[in-house]
Amino acid sequence: MGITPAPDALRQDTAAPGGVGASAERPDAVGKVTGAFAYSSDLWHEDMLWGHTLRSPHPHARITGLDVSAALAVPGVHAVLTHEDLPAATHYGLEFTDQPVLARDIVRHEGEPVALVAADHPETARRAADRIRVSWQELPAVLDEASATARDAPVLHPGRTDHHAAHVPHPNIVHRQPVVRGDVARAAAGADVIVSGAYEVGMQDQAFLGPESGLAVPAEDGGIDLHIATQWLHVDHRQLAPVLGLPPERVRLTLAGVGGAFGAREDLSMQAHACLLALRTGRPVKMVYNRYESFFGHVHRHPARLTYEHGATRDGKLTHVKARIVLDGGAYASSSPAVVGNAASLGLGPYEVPHSDVEAIALYTNNPPCGAMRGFGAVQACFAYEAQMDKLAAALGMDPVELRQRNTMSQGSTMPTGQVVDAPAPVAELLRLVRARPLPPARQWETPDGTDVRALPGGLSNTTHGEGVVRGVGYAVGIKNVGFSEGFDDYSTARVRLEVTGGEPVATVHTAMAEVGQGGVTVHAQIARTELGVTRVALLPADTRVGSAGSTSASRQTYMTGGAVKNTCEAVRAEVLRLGRERGLLDTRAERLAGGKVVGRDGEVLAALADILGGEAIDLELEFRHRPTQPFDRVTGQGAGHVQYSFCAHRAVVEVDTELGLVKVVELAAAQDVGKAVNPQAVVGQIHGGAVQGLGLAVLEEIVVGDDGRVRNPSFTDYLIPTVLDTPDMPVDVLELADEHAPYGLRGVGEAPTLSATPAIVAAIRRATGRALHRVPVRPEHLTAPDGSRAG
Amino acid sequence: MRVNLTVNGRPRTADDVWPGESLLYVLRERLGLPGAKNACEQGECGSCTIRLDGDLVCACLVAAGSAEGAEVTTVEGLAEEDARLAPVQRAFIDAGAVQCGFCTPGLLMATDELLARDPHPADADIREALSGNLCRCTGYESILGAVRLAAERAAADRAAAEGGA
Amino acid sequence: MDFLRPAGWQEALAAKAAHPDAVPLAGGTDLMVELNFDRRRPERLLDLGRIRELYEWETSPDGVRLGASVPFRDLVGPLRARLPGLARAAHTVGSPQIRNRGSVGGNLGTASPAGDAHPALLAAGARVEAASLRGTRMIRVEDFFTGPKRNALAPDELIRAVHVDAARGPQEFAKVGTRNAMVIAVCAFALALHPHARTIRTGIGSAAPTPLRAREAEDFLTGVLDEGGHWEHGRPVPPAAARRFAELAAAACAPLDDVRGSAAYRRHAIKVLARRTLHWTWTAHTSRTGREGEASCA
Repeated sequence: MGITPAPDALRQDTAAPGGVGASAERPDAVGKVTGAFAYSSDLWHEDMLWGHTLRSPHPHARITGLDVSAALAVPGVHAVLTHEDLPAATHYGLEFTDQPVLARDIVRHEGEPVALVAADHPETARRAADRIRVSWQELPAVLDEASATARDAPVLHPGRTDHHAAHVPHPNIVHRQPVVRGDVARAAAGADVIVSGAYEVGMQDQAFLGPESGLAVPAEDGGIDLHIATQWLHVDHRQLAPVLGLPPERVRLTLAGVGGAFGAREDLSMQAHACLLALRTGRPVKMVYNRYESFFGHVHRHPARLTYEHGATRDGKLTHVKARIVLDGGAYASSSPAVVGNAASLGLGPYEVPHSDVEAIALYTNNPPCGAMRGFGAVQACFAYEAQMDKLAAALGMDPVELRQRNTMSQGSTMPTGQVVDAPAPVAELLRLVRARPLPPARQWETPDGTDVRALPGGLSNTTHGEGVVRGVGYAVGIKNVGFSEGFDDYSTARVRLEVTGGEPVATVHTAMAEVGQGGVTVHAQIARTELGVTRVALLPADTRVGSAGSTSASRQTYMTGGAVKNTCEAVRAEVLRLGRERGLLDTRAERLAGGKVVGRDGEVLAALADILGGEAIDLELEFRHRPTQPFDRVTGQGAGHVQYSFCAHRAVVEVDTELGLVKVVELAAAQDVGKAVNPQAVVGQIHGGAVQGLGLAVLEEIVVGDDGRVRNPSFTDYLIPTVLDTPDMPVDVLELADEHAPYGLRGVGEAPTLSATPAIVAAIRRATGRALHRVPVRPEHLTAPDGSRAG
Repeated sequence: MRVNLTVNGRPRTADDVWPGESLLYVLRERLGLPGAKNACEQGECGSCTIRLDGDLVCACLVAAGSAEGAEVTTVEGLAEEDARLAPVQRAFIDAGAVQCGFCTPGLLMATDELLARDPHPADADIREALSGNLCRCTGYESILGAVRLAAERAAADRAAAEGGA
Repeated sequence: MDFLRPAGWQEALAAKAAHPDAVPLAGGTDLMVELNFDRRRPERLLDLGRIRELYEWETSPDGVRLGASVPFRDLVGPLRARLPGLARAAHTVGSPQIRNRGSVGGNLGTASPAGDAHPALLAAGARVEAASLRGTRMIRVEDFFTGPKRNALAPDELIRAVHVDAARGPQEFAKVGTRNAMVIAVCAFALALHPHARTIRTGIGSAAPTPLRAREAEDFLTGVLDEGGHWEHGRPVPPAAARRFAELAAAACAPLDDVRGSAAYRRHAIKVLARRTLHWTWTAHTSRTGREGEASCA
């Protein structure tokens, strides 16, 4: 791994050990390696009951009868709840309030919650749920664009009142966003070469390891305390209070340990259910999904069908791009509108395209609901536009990296939305870096001791000793937005307290940021050390007693809540200096805090913090906002919709058993610009982890939904995520080109590597096999079918 | 039913165990040892990896009743008596192998077993030994780094001990 | 649900006779998944974990009597040289954690068409030692699988051991899965050469309602090797014959389309694996007997 040094002018003071720029240790690390760290499924309370959910077996059905009496009669059962028992609001949702807390008369997808049971043991609850009698009348399901938008299609959400209802062409379309720039028809007439293609991306699951779970504890004030694994405490809170019929201040959320998220914890799962059961029974209620239920308990990545046309001149300059992106949102809206906005606005990739015409839509269907997953609308498009760039290079007889580099955007480029990119965009350099790496040695399975099948496609399953194995190399690069876009008021709050205790200055940082594994808590401590010159930083548990930190998504938390901590620390420091001057202890030379002292420009000590503060504490809570963005125009898609762009490039080296269609990824090299590596070790960890999720989408991962709308593989036996034997060596180059608009110049890191890994791997498989490969995940069938060029 | 077993060196008893319960449930919900994790409950992720009479197993696939009289070690039993971290625990922290951490207890148990059996594992052997433990955050690179680091440190400690002898 | 925990084999047989509905539990790697996911609620579990002799094996010149609960780990380790095909198969089972608990006896009890041990047992030659209070009988492994997840055991019978013939020639096992570890077979193929009998045997997994032998392919190849004098001179199998063998192996399959793979792919993959494993075993056979040199000189 290489970290490219930043120019000196951008270097922050990292004198404080464990400050910004250091690979500081996670504050939760010791708890996580000893088993002491409490995840949401580890919680336990005296007298607690177990909650259980009865779910719909049908993708679309009317409930014609619901009888819970037999369940209530089971000894050990304390409550059974249905839609009839809801005390207040009956629906919730991230963007539209369209999702029932419990189904009333209609279920719209397999696995939709219908009833809840609280009992003294999980088995008691399960047996009671078996005794709930539901009468179903199955309804015709809509499962794709044709059936959803047919003239006589059943309308899944009649009488929509959401903010997109008025402008969509069909009520089963959640949102439609065009992005139109220039004159595509004229540009096409001037193109020397035009390539088109149709692509498909399967439904990927976040597959976090810590299942949906939490503990709801009824409080003496009639309210509720919920300990929960989530990505955004305050958005859960906003949806929960109306459903529980409680004033907001009596609904208190505390973050429990989160076992990964990747988008799957943006929507509510068991939050309302556990609280309702706890309020009904007056007892603490724990709910923990098992892996089967988890596949029905959260949204997935939108499966997509994409059609593209790319044109270029003979010398390889893009003339135009036309694209249509159809995302299947499933039964409820979740974050589909924002996913549409991303797919439309980022759908052409990190390239300068003078003329473009893009349309993205999300559908309502009776498939499983889809929403946020790492990469959020940009992943699907990246697979398609990078396939198109390779196709165009082949049509032009040009090297695929060379073609890309002739068209890459850079600082000052204009996006298809008209937004001018006003920060570094080193796309061509990232491609150069991954290409410049030496290739891994060939035939690594040949060892002095004979054939090591572990180095071959198929691995220990012993399917080849080298027969049929062909190597291929592929490249891809992607663009992802950072932060919430389209005019959303995106802010984070941080409370920072500085005091001297026991002669030592201590900073206490309190935010509601959901630490889901990304290391935000580490970064908060690093920022406090750097800004306040302290060694000891206490981090308070994330909860709703402090203002919102926004979502742990969109690669935004280091920028946003990190920015909020920095911002509040700066205000605390200013207050120290003001106090010092007011008390006559400081003059105008005072600049910053270091080692518990106030120091001047050259580090000269001017006063001790203890002398200024005495026994007082400075305690501030402030909000932090990024630059405002604009909504996209509904007709043209024009608008400065995004805050910041993030770029990653990958080179994949694969070996394919061309007879069996089995793939081994041998190496996956990445280069990414991160603006500033606040914690270099964590940055590289994000790039590795993001890339392997992209690898999973390329060759393994898909929730298979049958043409009856039912999920075929809701388990870790048949939904396969990569093991350590499936992952390759992953060298990383990190660039640090500061974005002057962002705290420390940093750039959100987490999602970009997930985009480019998938198309790079598929490009490498195409090189190895000569097959066209229009669909991910690539299955052995696609690589072995007699007519493989049209497979999938 | 009642189940008696020894966990991390201490005799323990669980009462009112439903016969269909797994050892994982008994450890987590009845004995207050939630270190072994509940990611899949189908033996496909390794997050509940423990030692059962010395063998590395998925606690979710052991019927609680089958563990009667058994010796169990969980991640809670890895650290020294004085709460000093075991070398594999320290190495996972130092190598950045912990993100969300839900896979970490299982991986620590598997790494501990590997290094006890093979103090100098080649990369391919590390991968094979850890192939029953899924991680969704790290992409495994830092985990491989942690195992290498633990092995290197142990080798250095042995060399130092021999040099000093 | 009752949890029966016999202390010895006779007690286990008595319990099974008294409660034919009791579900035997050894490593738990199949059954516990069904319990955890609420797919099965037997009245009684019959835990065989206390019966030490089930974890032991005995070797003789004829082969190995493998206790029903001997974990796959021991096949990968101490028994590898004696049972190379089964060892290969055992090495592809689940993960190290699963191989420490899962056993050939458990695989047979579940009788899944995807059980990794089955093709290797079919190719090697094996008999299942089934016992009850009524007595003990030996069931040829090819007669053991009676349907998807169904076997030839009577309700009062338990598997005591599996008798696997000693390998007297090379054996291979190959399994297609889409992941490099912890994967259920999309399909699997095993091949064993039996030079002393001048026969070859095969086993196919996950490509029909039950594991099976590709008898026509075996007969064809046995004939080719015999008629061509290959056992004597050790020359390579003619490519056309190898192809025909592979096609006959594929023709023996009766696969389904499911979430793990299509029927057409399974047939195709069995053909590829049959050809490859034949090449590997024959090459190993001729190099072992030193005939490869003769062949290349000829």
